[in-house]
Amino acid sequence: MRSRGLAVAPVSVVALFLLVPVIAVLIAGVRPDSLHVLSESRTWRVVGFTALQALLSTVVSVALALPATYALYRLRLRLRRLTLAVLTVPFVLPTVVVGLAFRALLPENLNGTLTAIILAHAFFNVGLVVRVVGGVWSRLDGRMQDVGRTLGMTPFNVFRRVTLPYLRPAILASTALVAMFTFTSFGVIMVLGSPAQPTIEVEIYRRTTQILDIPAAAGLALLQLVVVVVALIWSAALQRRTAMLMRQSSAPPLRASSTVDRLCVLWTYLLALALTLPVVALILRSLRAGDQWSLQRYQQIFAPSGGTTRDIDAFSIVTTSLRYAALATVLAVVLGVLGAMAVQLATRRGVTLEATLLLPLGVSAVTIGFGLLLVSIHGPVDLRGWSFLVPLGQALVAAPLVMMLLLPILRSIDPRLRYVASTLGAGPLKAWWAVDGRLIGRATVGAAGLACAVSLGEFGATAFLARVDEPTIPLQIVRLLGRPGEANFGSATALAVVLLTITAVVLTATDRGRKQW
Amino acid sequence: MKVLGTAALLTVALALTACASTPTPASSSSGPVTVRLLTHDSFVLSTTLLNDFTTRTGITIEVVAVGDAGELVNRAVLSAGKPEGDLLFGVDNSLLSRAVSASVFDPYVSPEVRHVRPEIADSGNGIVTPIDDGDVCINIDKVWFDKRGLTPPKTLDDLAKPEYAGLLVTQNPATSSPGLAFMLATISKYGDSWREYWSKLRANGAIAVNGWTEAYTSEFSGAGNSGSRPLVVSYSSSPPAELIYAADPAKASVTTSTMTDGCYRQIEYAGVLAGAAHPDAAKAVIDWLLSPEVQSDVALSMFVFPARAGVSLPPEFVQYAPRPTNPEELPADEVGANQQQWLNDWTETFVS
Repeated sequence: MRSRGLAVAPVSVVALFLLVPVIAVLIAGVRPDSLHVLSESRTWRVVGFTALQALLSTVVSVALALPATYALYRLRLRLRRLTLAVLTVPFVLPTVVVGLAFRALLPENLNGTLTAIILAHAFFNVGLVVRVVGGVWSRLDGRMQDVGRTLGMTPFNVFRRVTLPYLRPAILASTALVAMFTFTSFGVIMVLGSPAQPTIEVEIYRRTTQILDIPAAAGLALLQLVVVVVALIWSAALQRRTAMLMRQSSAPPLRASSTVDRLCVLWTYLLALALTLPVVALILRSLRAGDQWSLQRYQQIFAPSGGTTRDIDAFSIVTTSLRYAALATVLAVVLGVLGAMAVQLATRRGVTLEATLLLPLGVSAVTIGFGLLLVSIHGPVDLRGWSFLVPLGQALVAAPLVMMLLLPILRSIDPRLRYVASTLGAGPLKAWWAVDGRLIGRATVGAAGLACAVSLGEFGATAFLARVDEPTIPLQIVRLLGRPGEANFGSATALAVVLLTITAVVLTATDRGRKQW
Repeated sequence: MKVLGTAALLTVALALTACASTPTPASSSSGPVTVRLLTHDSFVLSTTLLNDFTTRTGITIEVVAVGDAGELVNRAVLSAGKPEGDLLFGVDNSLLSRAVSASVFDPYVSPEVRHVRPEIADSGNGIVTPIDDGDVCINIDKVWFDKRGLTPPKTLDDLAKPEYAGLLVTQNPATSSPGLAFMLATISKYGDSWREYWSKLRANGAIAVNGWTEAYTSEFSGAGNSGSRPLVVSYSSSPPAELIYAADPAKASVTTSTMTDGCYRQIEYAGVLAGAAHPDAAKAVIDWLLSPEVQSDVALSMFVFPARAGVSLPPEFVQYAPRPTNPEELPADEVGANQQQWLNDWTETFVS
C-alpha cells in the first residue's frame, strides 16, 4: 500500500507534464479539418521522403558502427577510451550545429541533398549503436564461438550462426532507436535539407509558421505520433521474439589476430577521425572572413559595428540560452527522477512498461513544442508569450533521457536495503532518500549535465515556443542562415562554435560526477 | 495517499496559473521607454536614425526581426491581444486582412498620413498606416535576350507563348511574398480564368521555387547570377540593386529590366499591436517612420518606395526602377476571404 501510494504522486506529475502536449495534439488532430491533410498527395510525398531518409540513415549508421563495435568491445585497442568518446560525443551535440558543421564540411553541390542528411544522421547515431550493441557484445561468452570453430565453421559462419543471433536483439534495439530519432529529425533537416523536400517535422513547422494552417499541422503531428507508436510496439515485439538466453561472462579483449580483426581496428580509427572532421571544418570556417583568417565573425556577433538594425547581440542571446537551460535542467531532473521512480515501482508490481518507457523518447521535440503551443492558445489559461514555456518544452525533451540514465541504477538497487531502512524505523520517504536518493545522487549530476546540454541545443520545441525577442542560440543560428550572404553564414558558424564550447564545458564539468559513480 | 497525488496536481496547477498571470514588465508612461518593433528580416534602417529619434524623444526602439512577412504576420495572429512587441512594421496589403480579422492591431492612423501619396494614403482602412510600397514585376535578363536576338516578353500573355518556353522562374505563393503577389496579379488580370493561365504557364515550362532568394540567386540568369532562366518574379527595384550592391559601382552596369505589365503593388504598413505595453510611444514611432528623414532612407536600405509624397529618390531608382503605370491590385478583403482557397487552387493547378 505504501509503495503504491508513493508511486501515484510521481506517476501523476510525470504523466501530467509529458502527456499534456500529446493530448493537445490528439484533441486538435482528430478533427475533419485536420485529417483533411491526409488526403493531400503532398502529405504522402513528405511521409515517403521522411521514411526513406530515416531508413537509409539507419542502415548507414548501423553498418558503419558494427565493425567499430567489434573492435572496441572484443579487441585490445590502443586509445580505446578516447576513440569511444569521439564516437559517442556527437550524440549530444546540438542538431543545428551538426547541420551547419556538415554544410561547412561538404562541397556546395551536396548542400540540400539526401546524401548530406544521411551523413549527418550517421554522425549522430554511430555512437548510439556502438554503445547499445557493445554493451551486449562485451558480455558475450567467448566459448560458444570456440565451439563453433572447433566444429570446423569458418569465422564468417561463426559470426553469422553463433554471434549474430545473440546480438540481434541489441542490434534491433539500436536500429529502432536510430530509426525513431532520424524519422523525427528536425534541426538537421532545417539546416541541411532542401526546402523542396521537407520531412514531417519540418512540414508541421512550415504549416504552423508560414501558412498558419494549424489544423493541417495538427493532422500531421497526429500522423507522426501514430507512426512512431506503431513502430515502437512492433520493434518491442520483434526484440522479444528474437531475445535469447545468454550466458554472461566478461571475456577479456583479444589481440587483433586475423586480417578481419586488423581491418576492423583500422576502420574504427578511421571512423573516429572522420567524425571529428565536421567539427573541425566548422571551427575553421568560423575563423574565415572572405579569403583570410580572422576573428571578424566573432567580433561581428559580440561587438557588431554594422550600424544597422540587423546587428545581433550574442551576449544577450547566450544569457537567454543559459537562463532557459538552467530552468529546464532543474525541471528535467525532477521529472526524470520521478519518472524513473514511477516506472521502477510499477515494474516491481509486475507491469511490463518497456514500450511505454520508450514512448516519451518517441514523442518528438516538434510534437512537444507544437502541443504546448496549442495548449498555450486554447488551454483554460491564456499562456501565450509566457517565457516559462521554453524551459518547460526543453525539459520535456530532456526528461526521458534523464529517466533512461537513472532507471538502470534504480533497478540495480537491492530492495532489501529499503526493507532494512524501514525496519530501522524510517518512514517511506526517509527510507527512499536513505537508499535510492543516495545511490542515484551522483548519477543525477551526470544526467543533469546531459539535460543541460540537450536543453542548450534544443531546437524543435524551442522553435515553436520562444518569444521573438528572446531567441536561443540555435534559433538565432537558423535565423542567420535564413538571411542571404557570406557574412550571415559566417556569423552563424561563429555562434555555433560558441554553443559547441558551452556544451563541451557543461558536459566536462558534470562528467566527473558520472565517472565517480 | 490519494490526497498526496491530488495535492501535487493542485500545486502544479496553482503554480502554472500564478506564473501565467504575472504581468509582463509594467508600463510607465513617464520617463524613458523602450518600444519593441516587430518586423521581418528585410527591415533595415541605419542605427544613426534610430539614435537620433531616441535623443529627441527619449524613446528607445528595439527592433526584433522574425523571418519573412508571412511568418511575421502569422506570429502576430497567434499572439493577438498578447503581443510580443508594441508595434509591427511589414504587414502588406495581401496579408493585411488576415491580421485585421484576427484583431492584431489597435486602429491608429498617423496624422502624418496627410503627406502620403494620395493613391495609397487611405489603403490602411483606418487601422494601419502605409509606410512604403513597391511593385512585384517580372524581371528580365536583357543580356540573355540580346545574345539570342530575341525580343523579351511584354505582357503576361507573352509568358505563355512557345518562344518563351522554359524561361520563367516564380515562387510558391504559399511560401513567398513576391510569389503570392504575382499570383494575385494574375487573378486580378484574368479573373475567373486565372487557373487556366497557370495551366498554360505550367505547360510552357515555368517553375516555382520556395523563396525569392532561391529564385533570384540560383535560378535566374541575370544580374550576375548563375541560373539558367532569364525571367524571374522579383521587384521593380531589383535592377538598381545591381549598381548599389556592386563591388565597384562606378564600373557596374544594369543588365536587367522589368516588364511593366502584370505588376502587383505591395504596400507595407505599420500598426500598433493590440494590448501593447507602450501604445503612445508606438504611435510616436509610426509617426517617425513617415518622417522625411526615415522616408528618404527606405529606398536605399530596403529597396522600396517611400509612401510620403515629395521625398526625392536616389538617382539609380529614377533611372532604372520605373513604376508601372497601371499595377494590378485586389481589394484587401477579397484577398483575405479567398486567399486560402486560391492557394489550394494554385497548388492543385501548378504543382500536383
